[in-house]
Parts: sequence; C-alpha cells; structure tokens
Amino acid sequence: MTDTVPWDYAPAPQERGIVTIAPSYGLFVDGEFAAAADGRTFATVNPATEEPLAEVALAGEADVDRAVRAARAAYEKVWGPMPGAQRAKYIYRIARLIAERAREFAVLESLDNGKPIKESRDVDVPLASAHFFYHAGWADKLEYAGFGPARPVGVAGQVIPWNFPLLMAAWKLAPALAAGNTCVLKPAETTPLTALLLAEVCQQAELPAGVVNIITGAGETGAALVAHPGVDKIAFTGSTEVGKQILRSAAGTGKKLTMELGGKAANIVFEDAPLEGAVEGIVNGIFFNQGHVCCAGSRLLVQESVADILLDRLRRRLGTLRLGDPLDKNTDIGAINSRQQLDKIRELSAAGETEGAERWSPACELPDRGYWFPPTLFTGVSQSSRIAREEIFGPVLSVLTFRTPEEAVAKANNTPYGLSAGVWTEKGSRILWLAQRMRAGVVWANTYNRFDPASPFGGYRESGFGREGGRHGLRAYLDA
Amino acid sequence: MPSSGNGRLAVRKTYKLFIGGAFPRSESGRVYPVLGRGGALLGNAAQASRKDARDAVSAARAAAGTWSGATAYNRGQVLYRVAEMLEGRAAQFTAEVAAAENIREPKAGQQVDAAIDRWVWYAGWPDKVAQIAGGANPVAGPYFNFSVPEPTGVVAVIAPQESSLLGLVSVVAPVIATGNAAVVVASQDRPLPAISLAEVLATSDLPRGVVNLLTGSTAELAPVLAGHMDVNAIDVTGVAGADRAELERLAADNVKRVFAAEQDWAAPPTAQRMLAFLETKTVWHPMGT
Repeated sequence: MTDTVPWDYAPAPQERGIVTIAPSYGLFVDGEFAAAADGRTFATVNPATEEPLAEVALAGEADVDRAVRAARAAYEKVWGPMPGAQRAKYIYRIARLIAERAREFAVLESLDNGKPIKESRDVDVPLASAHFFYHAGWADKLEYAGFGPARPVGVAGQVIPWNFPLLMAAWKLAPALAAGNTCVLKPAETTPLTALLLAEVCQQAELPAGVVNIITGAGETGAALVAHPGVDKIAFTGSTEVGKQILRSAAGTGKKLTMELGGKAANIVFEDAPLEGAVEGIVNGIFFNQGHVCCAGSRLLVQESVADILLDRLRRRLGTLRLGDPLDKNTDIGAINSRQQLDKIRELSAAGETEGAERWSPACELPDRGYWFPPTLFTGVSQSSRIAREEIFGPVLSVLTFRTPEEAVAKANNTPYGLSAGVWTEKGSRILWLAQRMRAGVVWANTYNRFDPASPFGGYRESGFGREGGRHGLRAYLDA
Repeated sequence: MPSSGNGRLAVRKTYKLFIGGAFPRSESGRVYPVLGRGGALLGNAAQASRKDARDAVSAARAAAGTWSGATAYNRGQVLYRVAEMLEGRAAQFTAEVAAAENIREPKAGQQVDAAIDRWVWYAGWPDKVAQIAGGANPVAGPYFNFSVPEPTGVVAVIAPQESSLLGLVSVVAPVIATGNAAVVVASQDRPLPAISLAEVLATSDLPRGVVNLLTGSTAELAPVLAGHMDVNAIDVTGVAGADRAELERLAADNVKRVFAAEQDWAAPPTAQRMLAFLETKTVWHPMGT
C-alpha cells in the first residue's frame, strides 16, 4: 500500500542569497588563504542540481608539508605555551561566531552536501557551535579530566567525511584545540565549503595563524597528511576500509590514533514499544541525512508479533516523506551527496533484490537533475545478505525479525561493526538489559541519532576506537 | 628449582601450556630447552604452534562472556584469591625467578614480593574502575545519559622478555581486572615462572580460559595473534620496537586496539593499562512520566 498525502505543499524556500560563494577558494594555511603550490584545483558541485558551486584548491604534498610546518610552529611558539584560559576564549569566540553566522553555514552546507535545510539549520550547525562552546570550557580544566598531567599531543592531522562536513570539523577541531594541540584538517572533496567558511571564522576570531589549517583535496591529500612525519596524532572519520589503510600506513610510526569508522546498526523494536514513536525513530534512524550516517539504524529488528502492524505504519509514514530541493524547508529527504555514492547505493540495493529480499519504496517523484534515491525498505532480509552486512550509507532499511530478546541480541551483534544500536520498549529494565549486551559504543533507547557535545561517541570492534565528545573525547588529544 | 636434599632424587616437572584451564602439551609435539646460569638446563618448555595459539583464542572467547558477566565484586575476590595463592608459593617463585633471570635469591624475592603486591593492587580495581572511567553526561534533553567502561574482549598479551614474573603480572593483571580474557605469550627465554603462575591461576577460582598461556617463539606466535580476527586487542610490550610495525599492520585487519608501554616494572603502576583495554559505552535512557 502506497498511501500518499492528499494535499500538496507550497514551496517554502530558504533564501539562497544569505551566503556568498566565491568563485574559487584557496587553502587555509598559516592564517591566510593561498592557492595550491602547483596551482591545481577541483570543482565542488551542488548534488541536488549537479551545478558547480566553486573551484577549490587541490593540496599536494608541498601544501601538506607547509600546513604541517605552520601547525608545528604555532604549536611550539603560540598555542602550546598559551595559558588554557586564553585558549578557551578563542574557542568560545569560534562557538559564538558560528552561532552568529548560523544561517549562512546552514545554507552553504545544504548547497554543498545536499542535506535538507531543516537538518543543517536545526542539527548540524547548532551542534557544531555547541561543540566548540562545550570544549572551550575544558581548555583551562584539563587536569580534572582524569588522564594525568595535561600534556597535548602536538600537531593533529584530521581527515573528515562528507556526511556532516561542518559538524565533523567541529568534533575534530574543538577537543584538539582545547587540549592545546594545533590542527591540519582535511575536509572531504565533495564538501569543502563550510570548512572554508569556518576558516574565515577563525580569522574573524583572530585565532593565531597556524593553529588551524584547512587543506582541501581528495584521498591523496588525506594520505599525504596522515603519512607526514610531522603529524603526531591522526584522527580519522570515514569508512572502515580507508581506516584500515590508514592504520597500516601508520604502523610503526608511533603516531597516536583515533578512528571513527563505519557501522551497520540494529534498531530493535519490542512488541511493547510505543509504536508511533518507534516509527518516527526508525525513520529518523535511517532516513535522517539520506542515511549518510555512520551510526544509521540500517537494520530494523522488529519483534515478530508486531512486525506486520509496524511495517504497515512505517510504509504509510514513508509515503508522507518529502524528497526534493534541500533548500525547501519542508524537505525531509535531500540529495545523495555524489554520483559515486549514488552508484554504490544502487549497486547494493540491486544486490538485495538478487539475494531474494523484497524491495519497497513509496510513490516518489525524483527530480530530473541531481543525485537522488527514494527511501527504500527491504523485507525478508536474511542475515547473510549483503544489505544486512554491508554499510550502504544511504536511505535503505533492511528489516529482520526476532522472537525473543536473546535472539535480538544475537542478531544485533552479528556484525563486525559496533558503533551504535537502538532499542524501543516501554520497559526500563529491558532497555538496560539490552544496552548491556549490545557490542556498540552508543545505545539509544526510545530515540535515535541524538548527539551532544557532552556525550562520548565512538565504536567497538571494526567501527573504530577512541571517543569524541565529553570527558572521554579529550583523552584522544592528550598525551595520556 | 627444588633441589634434592638428603640424596633424594627430585621429581621434575614437565612444563606445559595452559589453555582453557587445562595443561596440554603443544599439539605440534615441539619443546625447546630453557637454560639458566652457565647454560644449565632448567627444563623443556612446550613450543606452542599457531594451532595452539588459535585454540587459546577459542578458549579465551568462550570465557570472555562468563568473566565479563561476573559481578565486579566477584572478579575482585577471584583476583585477590590469586594473590593469596601466589603468597603461598612465594618461595617457589623466588627460586624460579632467580634461576630464570640469573639473579640472586634476595633480589628475586623482592621481585616476587612486588609481583604479589601488584596483583593485590589490581584485585582492588574491578569494582572501582567503572567509577573512574565512566560517569553521567549532562546532555541537553530529557535523557539520562551515562557512559560505562566495558572490556574490549579477547586481548593478546606479549609479555615482557626480561622480567619473568613482575613484568608478566604487570601486563596480565590489568587485562583481566577489567573483565577481558587473555591469551598470553610468556617471555621466550624465561617462561618457567609464567607456567607456575598458570598453575596458581588454575587453582584460584579463575574461570577456565580467562587466562591462557603460551610458551614458545615470540616471533612465531605474535603475528598469529596480531592477525587473528577474533582477537580484539593486543599488547605488544614484549616485542622489540622494530618488530612492532608488522604486528600493527596485521592488527589493522580487524581494527585491533594495539597497545605498548615500556615501564620500570618496579615503579608504581597507573590506570593506563586498564584504560587501554576498555571500551566506552554510552547509553541514552529516556526520562518521562
């Protein structure tokens, strides 16, 4: 059944003109924007329209080297010796400037990434500001963090993904700066623009030159950064596959590492769950940010006794999701971030059908241009199927069922990943029973995809190691 | 080595592996001579094979759930019981450490005393570590958000090569105090005190498989454990710095946590070795009427 809403929404566009996009952007090194040494550039496009947004400098090895040297000099001469209370003030400034320019950031993020404006406006940008605000306060309190004398690590090389470009930059920079490190950050090649606006914010905050350096480029730039001998600490968020490559390349170097990698999280619904809430949580778990979320609830485990009624309601709810222009305030599902990602989602979805699962999507008109994929649900999924094992990183939900709590636990943990899990039940004791048994770093009960700067985030097993957020996140940037 | 007084012929011990609570020989049938002062034969140690290492991992995996599921109080009591057993065998360990490390008995006795005290120190941690490593997190929303440390799982430990008992205890105790199960590779040339420690563990109410001990070639066994897909973490402290890179590369295959920290084993320990083998789980529990 493909119920659709009986009315049309009028367009509610967010004004695009609030943000000015320059025709080209340089690398942010030592406090200044500059072209790449060899003058190379690449285009970043709007995935909703395939229109180029700007040309961005492509950092090569010489640029990486210059950025690491700038960070080293700033670490030794300025940021390292600076009293924590003063570092705190700079970080507070950044937090406030992001909040002041929040709408610019939100529009730019939606244009470059394809995510709906209501998500960039209500989630990504406020959380990014909050992350700087939270960590600013740690800068002069590090001796209370419980990791011994507060010594920074040095120069941090940070490589972040395209799914939450500004927020991931905040997760990386804020704790590193608070702990007294300097940074070279590489945003993803498809989403460099908000990081470059953040560089401008660093200038406005009068952050000393070289404390934050932002170099743009693709995988080669990231590889050069993590391989640079002047980098003391590597922080990576991205796929498990690339994470393993980085681990291999860093072997024997003694560099300190944190890895936030992929996931294949189970969202477990018990028969006593508040079903309306569970339906919203399932939708939020897998369709938030087009499913481009490492902790997405991509495996729905529903107790057999309520499977039919839950799936019925879920299908009805999916019929009301609005897919389209990311800058429309009514939009629920935006564009897939890139052609490459779209191809991967299509390939895995096709594999799901080949392996015998039943595919369903609501009636959903896709725009003619841009990269789009409808919200998709697979039922009758076996545990051995690729769509139950591999991270799709798209709006595709695999549904499995269980009878007993023990079976739910076994199925949920039947993955090499271990980033997150969700549980839906009215029983508090069952929440805690289940949470204890999940081999996962974050467990959401009767909610999903919630983040907070005070709440440690990170994985078990092949989802990586190290935490981001809270007191625990500081350990990644202290020489403990 | 117990000497044969009054002309009595001593009963010698066959040194074996410790896997799943049992003391098997290596499935390969191999042994290697362990030599003491002046090349004197102290005994033949089992030279564990890669199959033995895999069996040890299976035993550890089977034990990991039981051990991590025990109450912290219970784990503390079991560990304290180990210290009691060590104390009772102090004289034996002193003789073995003296022979293994080629040092005089008074010095060996200090090592044994320190090892027992170290074990007691760790025995007090299981029911406290969650309070220093976890806590409640003040999130902006109607949730009780808390973080708890949980054991990483199966941890391979390459024990220090020099310090045959104190070093060994200093790397094994933190791993199991935090609820992990361990596969330990003893000092290659000084393995005999480790095997006696296994005998202590076998008689201390420690569930079988929580600690498994292999003797043999570090260069042969360490890569097997570093590359094993059911090992969650590896402590490579007992591997020379130059040889660690290859183990780190192998460990990447399943994103193993790799830890190494040389230290003066006589110095007081810190929580570092416990925190290295703990994962942080954060739970968002709803609040409402």
